[in-house]
Amino acid sequence: MINFQYARATNVADAVRQIAADPTAKFIAGGTNLIDLMKYDVEHPQRLIDITRLPLKTIEKTPDGGLRIGALVPNSDLAYHPLIEQQYPLLSSATLAGASQQLRNMASTGGNLLQRTRCFYFYDIATPCNKREPGSGCSAIKGINRINAILGTSESCIATHPSDMCVALAALEAKVHVAGPAGERAIAFADFHRLPGDTPQIDNNLQPDEIITAIELPARGFSANHSYLKIRDRLSYAFALVSVAAALELDGGRIKEARLALGGVAHKPWRKPEAEAALRGQSPDAAAFGKAADVLLQGAKGFGHNDFKIDLARRAIVRTLTQAARGTPQIQSVKKIR
Amino acid sequence: MATSTLAPGKKSEKVSKPVTMDITLHVNGHAQKLAVAPWTTLLDALREHLDLTGTKKGCDHGQCGACTVLVDGRRVNSCLTLAVMKDGAEVVTIEGLASNGALHAVQQAFIDHDAFQCGYCTPGQICSAAGLIAEGKAKTPDEIRELMSGNICRCGAYPNIVAAIQQAMGSKP
Repeated sequence: MINFQYARATNVADAVRQIAADPTAKFIAGGTNLIDLMKYDVEHPQRLIDITRLPLKTIEKTPDGGLRIGALVPNSDLAYHPLIEQQYPLLSSATLAGASQQLRNMASTGGNLLQRTRCFYFYDIATPCNKREPGSGCSAIKGINRINAILGTSESCIATHPSDMCVALAALEAKVHVAGPAGERAIAFADFHRLPGDTPQIDNNLQPDEIITAIELPARGFSANHSYLKIRDRLSYAFALVSVAAALELDGGRIKEARLALGGVAHKPWRKPEAEAALRGQSPDAAAFGKAADVLLQGAKGFGHNDFKIDLARRAIVRTLTQAARGTPQIQSVKKIR
Repeated sequence: MATSTLAPGKKSEKVSKPVTMDITLHVNGHAQKLAVAPWTTLLDALREHLDLTGTKKGCDHGQCGACTVLVDGRRVNSCLTLAVMKDGAEVVTIEGLASNGALHAVQQAFIDHDAFQCGYCTPGQICSAAGLIAEGKAKTPDEIRELMSGNICRCGAYPNIVAAIQQAMGSKP
């Protein structure tokens, strides 16, 4: 691995001060992605600031009936927390669909948002990659792009965001609380990650001197009608080719409210208000679900090897919405898709 | 807070003597004082500094699970863990699972069920299974398989591994 200096942050203000003082530094929490990238020589921070001793490890109720999840809560603690299991089972399910139990024990909630793409070319330092080395070109567009994006792509980058947890957080309309030299601010989940455009090296709108302190969930958890379906090349411990988070609120045989987000298809969790609007007021059936899928996938474009994702996504959307409407969410340990 | 003062940089830069940090790891019940460079993984600290070579280096990228150990009672990939970040932690490796000369229930079950062939993944499988049982989330074979998916066995001993874990959990077989 590369060599680096190591320091510990004692509180959030100290962490912000340390990161602002050294543009070559990075925070480390779970380290499950960052250490891996440092071993591959993709990331080379000159200093790691260990934030694991900061008091950001609790899950607390908010006055408006939601939850505030500390940025350092491990993925496994999040997924198995009674309040998450009861009120936000979609988030629990999506979190358990990602990585392995060992990694979930290590990986932090805040770090999950900040993980980098798993595009083969981003990891392979022998090849051009605009995300790793701006201006060097994209090897994936004409390369082996089976795992790459079909939505929101640019001529610079067709990488996907690899998270499962974030797909559920997008559907649940979470807020990201961050702290920086100028104080604290909250970022709507839809505005946190960004599309690649011509600056694919920037994954999200967190500033280099800011730290994620918490994720806030609004009260509405869609605990009755939800499902997270992840389609991948093996049945466990693999990144999504396509994943779908669906959440519905039903009222008298009609859809009152709908949330729909995709993973594995874009540079960020893919949501479109128009697709959800198309579901509202409709009867929860295959016709309505297919229509919503068409709206959500409008403009989808394959790059050869990943052309299959467009049809796969359409079918997965219909299936996941069906599971949600029936109240029979996908169970992550049972691999049969019903 | 002590920090390393080594001039860091890319691989090509000339590196003088690594500046180490003093840490204490409580490994298998014994306090171990170590002087490690910041970039020393827990896996390398165990194998190279403490000669505990039961924990295996497989992929070294968190993809195979061969390096699984228990840190403060939870299973983790030691290859993606920096030793300096675990200063003061309790670490249990395959060498520390047996007590008073008696094998851990998972170790005995792996023997009873012939749950390994080449054996390279086995220490990680056994530590992972011990962590899984402590978590208490897996009840059915499907759940065992899902929650053991971070441990790859290239020999393909999976059916016997699942049977061994069922035995160790106190369920059939």
